[in-house]
Amino acid sequence: MEQLTTNNVWMMVCTALVFIMHLGFSTLEIGLARSKNTVNILFKNVFIISIGILIYSIGGFNLMYPGEFLWDGFIGFAGFGLEAPMADGSLDLAYNAGYTYWTDFLFQAMFAATAATIVSGAIAERAKLESFFIFSILLVGIIYPIVGSWKWGGGWLDEAGFYDFAGSTLVHSVGGWAALVYITLLGARLGKYNGQVKPLEGHSIPMAAIGVFLLWLGWFGFNGGSVLSADPGATSFTLVTTCLAAAAGAISAIVFARIVSKSFDVTMGLNGILAGLVGITAGADSVSVGASIIIGLIAGAIVVFGVNLMDRLKLDDPVGAVPVHLLNGIWGTLAVGIFAEDFSFLTQLKGVLAIGVFVVVLSYIILIILKKTMGLRVTEREEVEGLDIHEHKMNAYPDFINE
Amino acid sequence: MKKIEAVIRKSKYSEVKKALHDIEVTFFTYWDVTGVGNEQVGHVYRGVTYNTSDIQRRYISIICSDEIVEATIETILNTAGTGEVGDGKIFVSDILETYRIRTKEKGGDALK
Repeated sequence: MEQLTTNNVWMMVCTALVFIMHLGFSTLEIGLARSKNTVNILFKNVFIISIGILIYSIGGFNLMYPGEFLWDGFIGFAGFGLEAPMADGSLDLAYNAGYTYWTDFLFQAMFAATAATIVSGAIAERAKLESFFIFSILLVGIIYPIVGSWKWGGGWLDEAGFYDFAGSTLVHSVGGWAALVYITLLGARLGKYNGQVKPLEGHSIPMAAIGVFLLWLGWFGFNGGSVLSADPGATSFTLVTTCLAAAAGAISAIVFARIVSKSFDVTMGLNGILAGLVGITAGADSVSVGASIIIGLIAGAIVVFGVNLMDRLKLDDPVGAVPVHLLNGIWGTLAVGIFAEDFSFLTQLKGVLAIGVFVVVLSYIILIILKKTMGLRVTEREEVEGLDIHEHKMNAYPDFINE
Repeated sequence: MKKIEAVIRKSKYSEVKKALHDIEVTFFTYWDVTGVGNEQVGHVYRGVTYNTSDIQRRYISIICSDEIVEATIETILNTAGTGEVGDGKIFVSDILETYRIRTKEKGGDALK
Protein backbone atom coordinates (compact mmCIF):
# COMPACT_ATOMS: atom_id res chain seq x y z
CA MET A 1 0.00 0.00 0.00
CA GLU A 2 2.81 2.37 0.89
CA GLN A 3 4.52 1.51 -2.36
CA LEU A 4 1.33 2.21 -4.25
CA THR A 5 1.01 5.60 -2.60
CA THR A 6 4.57 6.48 -3.52
CA ASN A 7 4.07 5.35 -7.10
CA ASN A 8 0.86 7.29 -7.39
CA VAL A 9 2.42 10.49 -6.06
CA TRP A 10 5.25 10.23 -8.58
CA MET A 11 2.79 9.68 -11.41
CA MET A 12 0.77 12.73 -10.35
CA VAL A 13 3.93 14.83 -10.27
CA CYS A 14 4.77 13.61 -13.78
CA THR A 15 1.23 14.42 -14.91
CA ALA A 16 1.73 17.99 -13.73
CA LEU A 17 5.11 18.15 -15.47
CA VAL A 18 3.60 17.02 -18.77
CA PHE A 19 0.91 19.65 -18.27
CA ILE A 20 3.64 22.31 -18.01
CA MET A 21 4.79 21.28 -21.50
CA HIS A 22 1.69 22.99 -22.84
CA LEU A 23 2.95 26.26 -21.44
CA GLY A 24 6.31 25.47 -23.00
CA PHE A 25 4.77 24.84 -26.42
CA SER A 26 2.76 28.06 -26.09
CA THR A 27 5.70 30.33 -25.34
CA LEU A 28 7.94 28.61 -27.88
CA GLU A 29 5.37 29.09 -30.63
CA ILE A 30 4.68 32.70 -29.64
CA GLY A 31 8.36 33.51 -29.60
CA LEU A 32 9.02 32.09 -33.05
CA ALA A 33 6.02 33.83 -34.62
CA ARG A 34 5.51 37.51 -35.36
CA SER A 35 3.87 39.65 -32.68
CA LYS A 36 0.77 40.25 -34.79
CA ASN A 37 -0.23 36.59 -34.35
CA THR A 38 0.45 36.14 -30.63
CA VAL A 39 -3.15 36.14 -29.39
CA ASN A 40 -4.06 33.65 -32.09
CA ILE A 41 -1.38 31.19 -30.99
CA LEU A 42 -2.30 31.52 -27.32
CA PHE A 43 -5.93 30.99 -28.24
CA LYS A 44 -5.12 27.75 -30.04
CA ASN A 45 -3.11 26.48 -27.09
CA VAL A 46 -5.83 27.34 -24.59
CA PHE A 47 -8.33 25.55 -26.81
CA ILE A 48 -6.23 22.45 -27.41
CA ILE A 49 -5.41 21.58 -23.81
CA SER A 50 -9.00 22.19 -22.76
CA ILE A 51 -10.79 20.36 -25.56
CA GLY A 52 -8.10 17.68 -25.55
CA ILE A 53 -8.76 16.65 -21.94
CA LEU A 54 -12.53 16.75 -22.51
CA ILE A 55 -12.46 14.70 -25.72
CA TYR A 56 -10.07 12.22 -24.17
CA SER A 57 -12.40 11.74 -21.21
CA ILE A 58 -15.44 11.26 -23.42
CA GLY A 59 -14.02 8.57 -25.67
CA GLY A 60 -10.33 8.91 -26.42
CA PHE A 61 -9.07 7.13 -23.33
CA ASN A 62 -11.28 4.10 -23.88
CA LEU A 63 -10.40 4.03 -27.56
CA MET A 64 -6.69 3.98 -26.70
CA TYR A 65 -6.96 1.47 -23.85
CA PRO A 66 -9.89 -0.67 -24.92
CA GLY A 67 -8.90 -3.77 -22.95
CA GLU A 68 -10.32 -6.04 -25.63
CA PHE A 69 -9.98 -5.42 -29.34
CA LEU A 70 -12.83 -5.82 -31.79
CA TRP A 71 -10.68 -6.53 -34.79
CA ASP A 72 -7.29 -8.22 -34.49
CA GLY A 73 -5.61 -5.60 -32.35
CA PHE A 74 -6.42 -2.75 -34.75
CA ILE A 75 -9.31 -1.11 -32.99
CA GLY A 76 -11.32 -1.49 -29.83
CA PHE A 77 -13.55 0.66 -27.69
CA ALA A 78 -14.44 0.30 -24.04
CA GLY A 79 -17.37 2.69 -24.05
CA PHE A 80 -17.92 6.38 -23.44
CA GLY A 81 -16.89 8.23 -20.31
CA LEU A 82 -14.64 7.34 -17.43
CA GLU A 83 -15.37 4.48 -15.11
CA ALA A 84 -12.91 3.27 -12.51
CA PRO A 85 -12.68 -0.50 -11.98
CA MET A 86 -13.30 0.04 -8.27
CA ALA A 87 -16.61 1.59 -7.41
CA ASP A 88 -15.03 4.37 -5.35
CA GLY A 89 -12.25 4.91 -7.89
CA SER A 90 -9.58 4.53 -5.25
CA LEU A 91 -6.46 2.40 -5.34
CA ASP A 92 -7.01 -0.85 -7.13
CA LEU A 93 -4.23 -3.36 -7.06
CA ALA A 94 -5.94 -5.49 -9.66
CA TYR A 95 -6.04 -2.54 -12.08
CA ASN A 96 -2.45 -1.51 -11.74
CA ALA A 97 0.24 -1.83 -9.11
CA GLY A 98 1.69 1.56 -10.05
CA TYR A 99 -1.10 4.10 -9.75
CA THR A 100 -4.84 4.62 -9.73
CA TYR A 101 -7.20 4.60 -12.66
CA TRP A 102 -7.72 8.36 -12.32
CA THR A 103 -3.99 9.07 -12.45
CA ASP A 104 -3.73 6.86 -15.50
CA PHE A 105 -6.44 8.83 -17.29
CA LEU A 106 -5.05 12.25 -16.48
CA PHE A 107 -1.46 11.34 -17.34
CA GLN A 108 -2.56 9.96 -20.72
CA ALA A 109 -4.87 12.93 -21.36
CA MET A 110 -1.92 15.32 -21.04
CA PHE A 111 -0.06 13.23 -23.63
CA ALA A 112 -2.99 13.22 -26.03
CA ALA A 113 -3.28 17.00 -26.15
CA THR A 114 0.45 17.21 -26.92
CA ALA A 115 -0.02 15.62 -30.35
CA ALA A 116 -2.43 18.38 -31.39
CA THR A 117 -0.20 21.13 -29.98
CA ILE A 118 2.62 19.99 -32.26
CA VAL A 119 0.36 20.65 -35.25
CA SER A 120 -0.62 24.09 -33.99
CA GLY A 121 2.99 25.35 -34.08
CA ALA A 122 3.62 24.13 -37.60
CA ILE A 123 0.59 25.86 -39.07
CA ALA A 124 0.96 29.09 -37.12
CA GLU A 125 0.34 32.53 -38.64
CA ARG A 126 -1.97 31.55 -41.51
CA ALA A 127 -4.38 28.79 -40.52
CA LYS A 128 -8.05 29.42 -40.04
CA LEU A 129 -9.17 28.75 -36.48
CA GLU A 130 -12.43 26.91 -37.14
CA SER A 131 -10.99 24.25 -39.41
CA PHE A 132 -8.04 23.77 -37.06
CA PHE A 133 -10.44 23.23 -34.15
CA ILE A 134 -12.26 20.49 -36.02
CA PHE A 135 -9.02 18.85 -37.09
CA SER A 136 -7.53 18.89 -33.60
CA ILE A 137 -10.69 17.39 -32.12
CA LEU A 138 -10.52 14.52 -34.61
CA LEU A 139 -6.78 14.12 -34.05
CA VAL A 140 -7.08 13.84 -30.27
CA GLY A 141 -10.38 11.97 -30.33
CA ILE A 142 -9.77 9.42 -33.09
CA ILE A 143 -6.38 9.33 -34.81
CA TYR A 144 -4.14 9.53 -31.75
CA PRO A 145 -6.06 6.99 -29.61
CA ILE A 146 -6.32 4.41 -32.39
CA VAL A 147 -2.61 4.59 -33.14
CA GLY A 148 -1.84 4.56 -29.42
CA SER A 149 -3.93 1.44 -28.88
CA TRP A 150 -1.78 -0.47 -31.39
CA LYS A 151 1.13 -0.30 -28.97
CA TRP A 152 0.24 1.03 -25.52
CA GLY A 153 -3.28 -0.40 -25.61
CA GLY A 154 -1.84 -3.86 -26.28
CA GLY A 155 -2.74 -4.00 -29.99
CA TRP A 156 -1.07 -5.59 -32.99
CA LEU A 157 2.17 -3.59 -32.92
CA ASP A 158 2.67 -4.49 -29.26
CA GLU A 159 2.24 -8.16 -30.13
CA ALA A 160 4.69 -7.78 -33.02
CA GLY A 161 7.39 -6.63 -30.58
CA PHE A 162 7.39 -2.95 -31.54
CA TYR A 163 8.77 -0.71 -28.80
CA ASP A 164 8.08 2.94 -28.09
CA PHE A 165 8.75 3.80 -24.46
CA ALA A 166 7.21 7.25 -24.11
CA GLY A 167 6.03 8.10 -27.59
CA SER A 168 8.69 9.14 -30.14
CA THR A 169 6.34 7.63 -32.68
CA LEU A 170 3.03 7.35 -30.87
CA VAL A 171 2.97 10.99 -29.78
CA HIS A 172 5.60 13.01 -31.63
CA SER A 173 5.51 11.38 -35.04
CA VAL A 174 1.72 11.32 -34.98
CA GLY A 175 1.72 15.09 -34.41
CA GLY A 176 4.56 15.50 -36.90
CA TRP A 177 2.89 13.53 -39.72
CA ALA A 178 -0.35 15.42 -39.20
CA ALA A 179 1.59 18.71 -39.22
CA LEU A 180 3.35 17.75 -42.46
CA VAL A 181 0.06 16.99 -44.22
CA TYR A 182 -1.49 20.18 -42.86
CA ILE A 183 1.46 22.32 -44.01
CA THR A 184 1.37 20.77 -47.48
CA LEU A 185 -2.32 21.51 -47.95
CA LEU A 186 -2.14 24.91 -46.28
CA GLY A 187 0.77 26.43 -48.20
CA ALA A 188 3.53 28.72 -46.97
CA ARG A 189 3.11 32.05 -45.24
CA LEU A 190 2.97 35.00 -47.63
CA GLY A 191 6.41 36.31 -48.47
CA LYS A 192 8.32 33.27 -47.21
CA TYR A 193 9.26 31.86 -50.60
CA ASN A 194 9.39 34.60 -53.21
CA GLY A 195 12.23 33.39 -55.35
CA GLN A 196 14.45 32.90 -52.33
CA VAL A 197 13.83 31.88 -48.74
CA LYS A 198 13.02 34.88 -46.60
CA PRO A 199 13.01 34.12 -42.89
CA LEU A 200 9.97 35.62 -41.19
CA GLU A 201 11.66 36.17 -37.88
CA GLY A 202 9.95 35.41 -34.61
CA HIS A 203 9.35 38.38 -32.37
CA SER A 204 10.67 37.10 -29.04
CA ILE A 205 13.69 34.86 -28.73
CA PRO A 206 13.50 35.08 -24.90
CA MET A 207 9.97 33.69 -25.06
CA ALA A 208 11.14 30.83 -27.28
CA ALA A 209 13.97 30.03 -24.86
CA ILE A 210 11.58 29.98 -21.90
CA GLY A 211 9.41 27.57 -23.86
CA VAL A 212 12.21 25.15 -24.58
CA PHE A 213 13.44 25.11 -20.98
CA LEU A 214 9.88 24.47 -19.82
CA LEU A 215 9.60 21.63 -22.33
CA TRP A 216 12.84 20.10 -21.07
CA LEU A 217 11.45 20.33 -17.52
CA GLY A 218 8.21 18.79 -18.71
CA TRP A 219 10.11 15.92 -20.28
CA PHE A 220 11.18 14.79 -16.79
CA GLY A 221 7.53 13.87 -16.43
CA PHE A 222 6.98 12.76 -20.01
CA ASN A 223 9.74 10.15 -19.86
CA GLY A 224 10.00 9.78 -16.10
CA GLY A 225 6.29 9.10 -15.85
CA SER A 226 6.34 6.66 -18.72
CA VAL A 227 8.10 4.22 -16.39
CA LEU A 228 4.54 3.96 -15.01
CA SER A 229 5.81 3.58 -11.46
CA ALA A 230 8.26 5.25 -9.10
CA ASP A 231 10.71 2.36 -9.48
CA PRO A 232 13.97 3.99 -8.30
CA GLY A 233 16.30 2.36 -10.82
CA ALA A 234 14.15 2.83 -13.88
CA THR A 235 13.04 6.42 -13.19
CA SER A 236 16.52 7.69 -12.32
CA PHE A 237 18.10 6.00 -15.32
CA THR A 238 15.41 7.32 -17.65
CA LEU A 239 15.97 10.89 -16.51
CA VAL A 240 19.72 10.53 -17.08
CA THR A 241 19.36 9.30 -20.66
CA THR A 242 16.70 11.95 -21.29
CA CYS A 243 18.92 14.81 -20.13
CA LEU A 244 22.04 13.51 -21.86
CA ALA A 245 20.22 13.24 -25.18
CA ALA A 246 18.82 16.75 -24.80
CA ALA A 247 22.27 18.14 -24.02
CA ALA A 248 23.89 16.24 -26.89
CA GLY A 249 21.12 17.42 -29.24
CA ALA A 250 21.76 21.04 -28.32
CA ILE A 251 25.54 20.81 -28.75
CA SER A 252 25.31 18.96 -32.02
CA ALA A 253 22.72 21.37 -33.47
CA ILE A 254 24.85 24.33 -32.41
CA VAL A 255 27.95 22.84 -34.07
CA PHE A 256 26.16 21.92 -37.30
CA ALA A 257 24.39 25.29 -37.46
CA ARG A 258 27.76 26.97 -37.01
CA ILE A 259 29.14 24.97 -39.94
CA VAL A 260 26.12 25.60 -42.16
CA SER A 261 25.36 29.25 -41.41
CA LYS A 262 28.64 30.48 -39.86
CA SER A 263 26.95 31.82 -36.77
CA PHE A 264 26.07 30.76 -33.25
CA ASP A 265 22.37 30.24 -33.74
CA VAL A 266 20.45 30.05 -30.48
CA THR A 267 17.22 29.03 -32.18
CA MET A 268 18.96 25.97 -33.58
CA GLY A 269 20.36 25.21 -30.13
CA LEU A 270 16.83 25.33 -28.77
CA ASN A 271 15.52 23.12 -31.56
CA GLY A 272 18.46 20.79 -30.90
CA ILE A 273 17.39 20.34 -27.27
CA LEU A 274 13.92 19.36 -28.41
CA ALA A 275 15.34 17.12 -31.12
CA GLY A 276 17.41 15.22 -28.56
CA LEU A 277 14.43 14.91 -26.24
CA VAL A 278 12.13 13.60 -28.97
CA GLY A 279 14.87 11.24 -30.16
CA ILE A 280 15.45 9.65 -26.75
CA THR A 281 11.76 9.33 -25.93
CA ALA A 282 11.33 5.95 -27.63
CA GLY A 283 14.21 4.28 -25.84
CA ALA A 284 14.91 6.29 -22.70
CA ASP A 285 14.65 3.19 -20.49
CA SER A 286 16.27 0.65 -22.78
CA VAL A 287 19.33 2.18 -24.46
CA SER A 288 22.69 2.64 -22.77
CA VAL A 289 24.05 5.95 -21.51
CA GLY A 290 26.51 6.09 -24.41
CA ALA A 291 23.77 5.35 -26.90
CA SER A 292 21.61 8.13 -25.49
CA ILE A 293 24.39 10.62 -26.24
CA ILE A 294 24.79 9.28 -29.78
CA ILE A 295 21.02 9.48 -30.29
CA GLY A 296 21.09 13.11 -29.16
CA LEU A 297 24.06 14.01 -31.35
CA ILE A 298 22.42 12.58 -34.46
CA ALA A 299 19.10 14.18 -33.52
CA GLY A 300 20.77 17.59 -33.41
CA ALA A 301 22.21 17.08 -36.88
CA ILE A 302 18.84 15.88 -38.19
CA VAL A 303 17.09 19.00 -36.98
CA VAL A 304 19.60 21.37 -38.65
CA PHE A 305 19.43 19.59 -41.98
CA GLY A 306 15.70 18.98 -41.58
CA VAL A 307 15.00 22.70 -41.26
CA ASN A 308 17.04 23.33 -44.43
CA LEU A 309 15.32 20.51 -46.25
CA MET A 310 11.87 21.88 -45.38
CA ASP A 311 12.79 25.25 -46.85
CA ARG A 312 14.13 23.61 -49.97
CA LEU A 313 10.84 21.79 -50.40
CA LYS A 314 9.04 25.10 -49.76
CA LEU A 315 7.23 23.61 -46.78
CA ASP A 316 6.81 26.46 -44.33
CA ASP A 317 7.08 25.34 -40.71
CA PRO A 318 7.52 28.40 -38.47
CA VAL A 319 8.62 26.49 -35.37
CA GLY A 320 10.37 23.50 -36.96
CA ALA A 321 7.75 21.03 -35.74
CA VAL A 322 8.31 18.58 -38.57
CA PRO A 323 12.12 18.35 -38.25
CA VAL A 324 11.87 18.14 -34.46
CA HIS A 325 8.88 15.91 -33.89
CA LEU A 326 8.52 13.91 -37.08
CA LEU A 327 12.08 13.34 -38.27
CA ASN A 328 13.44 12.81 -34.77
CA GLY A 329 10.42 10.80 -33.74
CA ILE A 330 11.26 8.42 -36.57
CA TRP A 331 14.98 8.49 -35.73
CA GLY A 332 14.37 7.81 -32.03
CA THR A 333 12.09 4.88 -32.78
CA LEU A 334 14.55 3.34 -35.22
CA ALA A 335 17.40 3.99 -32.77
CA VAL A 336 15.74 1.61 -30.30
CA GLY A 337 16.14 -1.12 -32.91
CA ILE A 338 19.79 -0.18 -33.35
CA PHE A 339 20.96 0.39 -29.77
CA ALA A 340 18.71 -1.80 -27.62
CA GLU A 341 19.38 -5.50 -27.90
CA ASP A 342 15.86 -6.72 -27.22
CA PHE A 343 14.24 -5.02 -30.17
CA SER A 344 14.52 -5.54 -33.90
CA PHE A 345 15.19 -2.71 -36.32
CA LEU A 346 12.77 -4.12 -38.88
CA THR A 347 9.91 -4.28 -36.41
CA GLN A 348 10.60 -0.69 -35.40
CA LEU A 349 10.60 0.29 -39.08
CA LYS A 350 7.34 -1.55 -39.62
CA GLY A 351 5.74 0.38 -36.75
CA VAL A 352 7.01 3.73 -38.02
CA LEU A 353 5.71 3.06 -41.54
CA ALA A 354 2.35 1.64 -40.47
CA ILE A 355 1.65 4.57 -38.17
CA GLY A 356 2.92 7.05 -40.76
CA VAL A 357 0.63 5.72 -43.47
CA PHE A 358 -2.36 5.60 -41.15
CA VAL A 359 -1.92 9.14 -39.84
CA VAL A 360 -1.11 10.64 -43.24
CA VAL A 361 -4.07 9.03 -45.00
CA LEU A 362 -6.57 9.88 -42.28
CA SER A 363 -5.27 13.44 -41.83
CA TYR A 364 -5.31 13.97 -45.58
CA ILE A 365 -8.92 12.86 -45.88
CA ILE A 366 -10.05 15.08 -43.00
CA LEU A 367 -8.06 18.09 -44.17
CA ILE A 368 -9.06 17.85 -47.83
CA ILE A 369 -12.71 17.80 -46.77
CA LEU A 370 -12.14 20.81 -44.50
CA LYS A 371 -10.29 22.60 -47.29
CA LYS A 372 -13.14 22.05 -49.74
CA THR A 373 -15.86 23.04 -47.30
CA MET A 374 -14.72 25.75 -44.89
CA GLY A 375 -11.16 26.40 -46.08
CA LEU A 376 -7.92 25.98 -44.16
CA ARG A 377 -6.48 29.45 -44.62
CA VAL A 378 -7.32 32.99 -43.60
CA THR A 379 -7.67 35.69 -46.26
CA GLU A 380 -4.60 37.46 -47.58
CA ARG A 381 -5.49 40.68 -45.81
CA GLU A 382 -6.02 38.93 -42.48
CA GLU A 383 -2.66 37.25 -42.83
CA VAL A 384 -0.78 40.44 -43.71
CA GLU A 385 -2.39 42.59 -41.02
CA GLY A 386 -2.26 39.87 -38.40
CA LEU A 387 -4.63 37.21 -37.12
CA ASP A 388 -4.86 38.92 -33.74
CA ILE A 389 -6.71 41.99 -34.91
CA HIS A 390 -8.86 40.15 -37.45
CA GLU A 391 -9.80 36.89 -35.72
CA HIS A 392 -9.66 38.16 -32.14
CA LYS A 393 -9.96 41.96 -32.45
CA MET A 394 -7.20 42.29 -29.90
CA ASN A 395 -3.51 43.09 -29.79
CA ALA A 396 -1.14 41.03 -27.68
CA TYR A 397 0.95 44.09 -26.82
CA PRO A 398 -1.46 47.05 -26.86
CA ASP A 399 1.03 49.28 -25.03
CA PHE A 400 3.03 49.48 -28.23
CA ILE A 401 0.22 51.28 -29.99
CA ASN A 402 -2.10 52.78 -27.41
CA GLU A 403 -1.50 55.10 -24.49
CA MET B 1 15.12 68.68 -53.73
CA LYS B 2 11.90 67.60 -52.12
CA LYS B 3 10.84 65.63 -49.10
CA ILE B 4 8.01 63.18 -49.71
CA GLU B 5 6.42 61.86 -46.56
CA ALA B 6 3.78 59.18 -46.69
CA VAL B 7 1.71 57.61 -43.94
CA ILE B 8 0.56 54.23 -45.22
CA ARG B 9 -0.94 50.94 -44.08
CA LYS B 10 1.71 48.67 -42.58
CA SER B 11 0.35 45.87 -44.71
CA LYS B 12 1.17 47.81 -47.88
CA TYR B 13 4.74 48.65 -46.95
CA SER B 14 6.53 45.78 -48.68
CA GLU B 15 4.64 46.44 -51.94
CA VAL B 16 5.49 50.15 -51.79
CA LYS B 17 9.13 49.44 -51.00
CA LYS B 18 9.45 47.07 -53.94
CA ALA B 19 7.82 49.56 -56.32
CA LEU B 20 10.11 52.35 -55.09
CA HIS B 21 13.13 50.14 -55.70
CA ASP B 22 11.85 49.46 -59.21
CA ILE B 23 11.99 53.19 -60.03
CA GLU B 24 15.39 53.36 -58.32
CA VAL B 25 14.36 55.19 -55.20
CA THR B 26 16.63 53.20 -52.94
CA PHE B 27 17.34 55.71 -50.20
CA PHE B 28 14.67 56.43 -47.62
CA THR B 29 13.77 56.15 -43.95
CA TYR B 30 10.71 54.74 -42.27
CA TRP B 31 9.31 54.30 -38.80
CA ASP B 32 6.25 52.83 -37.15
CA VAL B 33 3.72 55.31 -35.89
CA THR B 34 0.17 55.39 -34.59
CA GLY B 35 -2.20 57.37 -36.74
CA VAL B 36 -5.55 58.82 -35.80
CA GLY B 37 -7.92 59.39 -38.69
CA ASN B 38 -11.20 58.46 -40.31
CA GLU B 39 -10.75 54.70 -40.23
CA GLN B 40 -12.06 52.83 -37.21
CA VAL B 41 -11.21 49.28 -36.15
CA GLY B 42 -13.22 47.13 -33.79
CA HIS B 43 -11.53 45.76 -30.69
CA VAL B 44 -12.73 43.34 -28.06
CA TYR B 45 -11.09 43.25 -24.66
CA ARG B 46 -12.40 41.00 -21.88
CA GLY B 47 -15.92 41.14 -23.20
CA VAL B 48 -15.96 44.87 -23.90
CA THR B 49 -16.37 45.81 -27.54
CA TYR B 50 -15.11 49.18 -28.67
CA ASN B 51 -13.97 51.05 -31.74
CA THR B 52 -10.75 52.94 -32.01
CA SER B 53 -9.28 55.18 -34.64
CA ASP B 54 -5.76 54.77 -33.21
CA ILE B 55 -4.23 52.49 -35.79
CA GLN B 56 -0.67 51.39 -36.41
CA ARG B 57 0.77 52.91 -39.58
CA ARG B 58 4.10 53.11 -41.30
CA TYR B 59 5.63 56.52 -41.93
CA ILE B 60 7.99 56.77 -44.90
CA SER B 61 10.25 59.76 -45.47
CA ILE B 62 11.90 60.07 -48.88
CA ILE B 63 14.26 62.87 -49.88
CA CYS B 64 14.70 62.99 -53.66
CA SER B 65 15.77 65.24 -56.48
CA ASP B 66 13.12 67.29 -58.30
CA GLU B 67 13.11 65.15 -61.47
CA ILE B 68 11.81 62.04 -59.76
CA VAL B 69 9.32 63.65 -57.38
CA GLU B 70 6.34 63.01 -59.66
CA ALA B 71 7.32 59.41 -60.36
CA THR B 72 7.82 58.74 -56.66
CA ILE B 73 4.44 60.16 -55.70
CA GLU B 74 2.78 58.27 -58.55
CA THR B 75 4.36 55.03 -57.35
CA ILE B 76 3.15 55.45 -53.80
CA LEU B 77 -0.35 56.42 -54.96
CA ASN B 78 -0.50 53.32 -57.13
CA THR B 79 0.81 50.80 -54.63
CA ALA B 80 -0.30 51.96 -51.17
CA GLY B 81 -4.03 52.00 -51.81
CA THR B 82 -6.79 49.49 -51.13
CA GLY B 83 -9.67 51.83 -52.01
CA GLU B 84 -10.92 51.80 -48.44
CA VAL B 85 -10.92 54.57 -45.85
CA GLY B 86 -7.56 54.61 -44.10
CA ASP B 87 -5.16 54.22 -47.00
CA GLY B 88 -3.09 57.17 -45.75
CA LYS B 89 -1.73 60.47 -47.04
CA ILE B 90 1.30 61.88 -48.85
CA PHE B 91 2.95 65.21 -47.98
CA VAL B 92 5.52 67.03 -50.12
CA SER B 93 7.81 69.79 -48.91
CA ASP B 94 11.01 71.56 -49.95
CA ILE B 95 14.45 70.60 -48.72
CA LEU B 96 17.14 73.26 -48.48
CA GLU B 97 20.26 71.18 -48.65
CA THR B 98 21.59 67.60 -48.41
CA TYR B 99 25.07 66.53 -47.30
CA ARG B 100 26.65 63.08 -47.48
CA ILE B 101 28.59 62.67 -44.27
CA ARG B 102 31.24 60.27 -45.58
CA THR B 103 32.39 62.34 -48.57
CA LYS B 104 31.15 65.77 -47.49
CA GLU B 105 29.44 66.14 -50.90
CA LYS B 106 26.39 68.35 -50.98
CA GLY B 107 23.36 68.99 -53.17
CA GLY B 108 22.00 66.50 -55.71
CA ASP B 109 25.17 64.40 -55.74
CA ALA B 110 24.73 63.57 -52.08
CA LEU B 111 21.40 61.89 -52.87
CA LYS B 112 22.77 59.41 -55.38
